[in-house]
Amino acid sequence: MLSSKASSNCHGQDSLYFLGWQVYEKNPFHEVENPTGIIQMGLAENQLSFDLVESWLRKNPDIMGLKNKDGESVFRDLALFQDYHGMPAFKNELVEYMAKIRGNKVKFDPNNLVLAAGATSANETLIFCLADPGDAILLPTPSYAGFDRDLKWRTGVEIVPIHCSSSNGFRISMFALEEAYERAQKLDLKVKGVLITNPSNPLGTTMTKDELQSLITFAIDKDIHLISDEVFSGTVFDSPCFISIMEAAMDSNLKRNTDVLSRIHIVYSLSKDLGLPGFRVGMIYSNNQTVVSAATKMSSFGLVSSQTQYLLSYMLANKKFTSNYMKRNQKRLKKRKEMLVSGLKKSGINCLKSNAGLFCWVDMRHFLCSNTFEAETDLWKKILCEVGLNISPGSSFHCSQPGWFRVCFANMNQSTLQVALRRIKDFVERSRFNYQQNMTSLSRKLISNWVRKLSSADREEQER
Amino acid sequence: MGLLSRKVTCNSHGQDSSYFLGWQEYEKNPYHEVNNPQGIIQMGLAENQLSFDLPESWLAKNADAAGFKRDGQSIFKELALFQDYHGLPAFKKALVDFMAEIRGNKVTFDPNHIVLTAGATSANETLMFCLAEQGDAFLLPTPYYPGFDRDLKWRTGVEIVPIQCTSSNRFQITAPALEEAYQQAQRKNLRVKGVLVTNPSNPLGTTMRRDELDLLINFITDKEIHLISDEIYSGTVFSSPGFVSIMEVLKDRSLEQTPVWERVHIVYSLSKDLGLPGFRVGAIYSNDPIVVAAATKMSSFGLVSSQTQYLLSAMLSDKKFTKEYMAKNHKRLQKQQSKLVSGLEKAGIGCLESNAGLFCWVDMRHLLSSNTFEAEMELWKRIVYDVKLNISPGSSCHCSEPGWFRVCFANISEDTLKVAMQRLKSFVDSVAINNQSHQELKNSRKKFRTKWVFRLSFQSFHDREQDER
Repeated sequence: MLSSKASSNCHGQDSLYFLGWQVYEKNPFHEVENPTGIIQMGLAENQLSFDLVESWLRKNPDIMGLKNKDGESVFRDLALFQDYHGMPAFKNELVEYMAKIRGNKVKFDPNNLVLAAGATSANETLIFCLADPGDAILLPTPSYAGFDRDLKWRTGVEIVPIHCSSSNGFRISMFALEEAYERAQKLDLKVKGVLITNPSNPLGTTMTKDELQSLITFAIDKDIHLISDEVFSGTVFDSPCFISIMEAAMDSNLKRNTDVLSRIHIVYSLSKDLGLPGFRVGMIYSNNQTVVSAATKMSSFGLVSSQTQYLLSYMLANKKFTSNYMKRNQKRLKKRKEMLVSGLKKSGINCLKSNAGLFCWVDMRHFLCSNTFEAETDLWKKILCEVGLNISPGSSFHCSQPGWFRVCFANMNQSTLQVALRRIKDFVERSRFNYQQNMTSLSRKLISNWVRKLSSADREEQER
Repeated sequence: MGLLSRKVTCNSHGQDSSYFLGWQEYEKNPYHEVNNPQGIIQMGLAENQLSFDLPESWLAKNADAAGFKRDGQSIFKELALFQDYHGLPAFKKALVDFMAEIRGNKVTFDPNHIVLTAGATSANETLMFCLAEQGDAFLLPTPYYPGFDRDLKWRTGVEIVPIQCTSSNRFQITAPALEEAYQQAQRKNLRVKGVLVTNPSNPLGTTMRRDELDLLINFITDKEIHLISDEIYSGTVFSSPGFVSIMEVLKDRSLEQTPVWERVHIVYSLSKDLGLPGFRVGAIYSNDPIVVAAATKMSSFGLVSSQTQYLLSAMLSDKKFTKEYMAKNHKRLQKQQSKLVSGLEKAGIGCLESNAGLFCWVDMRHLLSSNTFEAEMELWKRIVYDVKLNISPGSSCHCSEPGWFRVCFANISEDTLKVAMQRLKSFVDSVAINNQSHQELKNSRKKFRTKWVFRLSFQSFHDREQDER
C-alpha cells in the first residue's frame, strides 16, 4: 500500500541516538522543577551565545517587523519572494561570513551558493545531484548518525564506511580510504564520492592541510566527488585553526588539475555556530555550474523562508556584530569544553584532544565489561537510566571500536554541566567501589575455595 | 570529472516547458505602469496580490508576533532552537482551525494528523515518496499545474498518466476517462498507486462537484489506491457553488471506519489564499498514521522556519482577522475575476465559467490558424512577443485540446488588467481585420480566376495554362 521508504526503517531513527532522545523527553532535567531528571548531553546545539543575537535583535525591531531601515513595510515583497536563487543580499552576506570564518583565506562567489532548508536538505540534495540509486558514498567513521537518513533514505544511495580508529586519533588514512573503495567495488557499488565532516562530528577535531590534500588527490585519482560538510566551521575555538577544503584545493600543485574545483562541494548551515537550527538555513557551495543549476532547481523542495532570509541578511551585514559574535562565541565554547574535559579527567575519563565542535569524543572503554558493542549498549543504558545523562554511544555513529561516547557541552548552562560532572564522578566512584567489592568478594570466594580444596584433599588422604 | 546523477542530466525537472520560458521572457522586459509601460504584463503567475494590506495592518498592530515575544517576554531562544519536525503545536492548531473555517466548519481536522512542509511543492513530493515506488504511476486529470512534472516525478521516479478531460463537459472527470487512464497505465506496465486531483482546479478555476468527488471515491475504493486532493486553492473560492472538500464527502458517506478513509490525503499551503508563497508554508493532512509518521520524518528535508511558524500561528489564531480576511479577499478576487471575464468578452473571447482560483481558463480556439498545438504555440508566441502578455498555453498544462490558455488576474492591479485587456482587444481586432482582408483577397483572387478561366475557355484546349496557386 505504502512505499518501501514509508514502511522501512532506513530513516535510521530507530537508532540509539534517537532513542536516548526520546527517553530524555519523558523525564527532562530542570534545575528547579526536575533536578533528578535526565540531562540532555546528546544534542549538538550551541546555546551559549544567544544573548549576543538577542541584543542585536533588540536594536533592530524594524527588521523583525518586516520593515526596511526607513521604516517602510517590505511585507509584500517578502511575502511574494519565492525565487529559488535566494535573496541576493542574503547570499552576499553569507559568502562574506563564510570567508570570514576561514580567515578570509578563500573567497566565495554568491552565484555558486544554493540555499536549502538546513544542512539536512543541502546534503540530501547534493546526493541527488551526484549519485543515482545504488551508487555509494564513502564516509569516515565515526560520523553523524543523521547521515543514514539524510544521504540514503530517499536517494537510494549506499554508504560505505571508511574505518578510522583510535590508533591514530581517528584520522583518515590512505590505507583506510583505499580499503573502503575496494570494499565498495566488491559489493558491486559504484563509488560517486567521499563525504567528510570538517570539523568532525563527533570527534570535534579539524583536518590538516595534508589530510585534505590527500583526499583531494584520492578524489581526482578515482574520478569522484568530494563533499565537505563544514557545518561546524564556525565553532573552531582553539588551534590548529580551521582549513577549508577550498583552501587546500587552492594549493598550486592541485590547481594544475583544472577539474579539481568542479568536484569539490561544501555544505554549510547557520544551525551550529549561530545556534539557529529552528530557522532552517543551510546551503551548498559548488564551483560546478551544472551542480549549482540542478541544486538550485531542487531547492524548490526546501526553500528558506523569505522572512528569515531578510532578518539574517541584516544581521550578517553588521560586521561589528559578526566579529564580536565570532570572538566571544569561540571563547565561551573553549571555556565550556575545558570545563567538561577537566571534569571528566577528575573522574579518570579521557577525551580525544579537540579544538572545535559542540561536544567531546569521550573514551569510556575502561568501563566496558567486555570489548563489545553489547557492553557499550549496557553501559549507555546505565548512564542514561541510572546516572541520568543522555550521551550518544559510539555505535550510533558507526564507530568501529566499542567504548567511545559523544558528550555535548554547549547546550546547557554551567551549573547543569557541573551537576552532570558530579553525577559522572559519583557513578565512577560507585563503579570503583562495586568493582572493589566484587574483587574483594571474588578474592574471598577464591580463597575459601582454595582452602576447601586443601582441606578436602587432606580428608581424602585420610579416607584413602 | 566525476559523472553527475541522471536526475541532473535529464530534463524531467520540466523547466524547459513554455510555462517557465514565458516567465523568463517577462523577466527580461517586465511591465511597469510608469517605468516600462510597453513591457510584458505577467499573467502567467498564480499569485494573490489583492489583499496584502490586511496581513500588513495586522502585523503593524501585533509587533510581538514578529518580534519573537509572547506576552511581552522574549521567546527568541526557544524559537531559534525549535527544530522539532512535529511542528509548533500552536501553529498546527491554528492551521487546522483555519482549514476547517475554509470548509465552513463542515469538517474538523486533528492537528496530530497534519505534517508541516516547506510549501506545497515539498508536501506533494513527500507524499509521492511515501505512497509510491520509482516506476509506479499516479493518475492526474488534464489540464494540470505544469510544476507537477517536477514535483511528483523528478526525484521520486514516479510516472504521471493523464486522465484526459475535455471541453465537451467542462473538463470534468468522467468514469470512462478514469478507467481509460488506468488501462493506459496497465498497458505501459505501470502500477497505479493513486489519483491526484487539484480542487479547486489549477488551471480551470472550478471546484469539483459532489458527484465527481463521489466518482473518485468509488474509483479508488474499487482499485484500492490512494487519492491525493491538492486543496491549495480552497481559500480562493469566491462564488457559488461553494467548496466541497473530499473529507466532507467521506464523512457524509460515513466512510470513516472503512479502508478508503486512510487512503485519502490532503495537501494545503498558505501561498495562494493568504498570498504568502515566500514564507514556505505547506502541509500534508492524512488519516493514515503511518503516512503521517513517515511524512513527519521526511519533513526534516523541508521544515518551516520557526520564526515563520510563530508569526503565522499568532495571525491565524486571531479569528477576527481570519474572518475579515476571508470575506474581503473573496470579494476582491470575485471583482477582479469578473473584470477579466468582461474584458475578454469585449474582445470576443470566452472562458470556462469559474468560481475559484487566481486565473481563468480562456478559450482562444477561434484564434488558432489550425486546430493544432503548433498553432497554439504560434498564437502563444504572438501574445507574448507582440501583444506582450505572458499567459500560459494549455499545452504546458498538458491539455488534450489546443487553444486554451490560463490567464491570471490576481497578481496585477486593476489598472494593469485594464491595459492588458485593451492590448488583447487590439490584437483580436487586428487579427479580425487581417482575416477579413485575407478573406477579401481570397475572394478577389477567386473572381479573377473565374474571369480568366472564362476567357480561356474560348481558346483551344492545348493553349490553356495551368492555374496558378
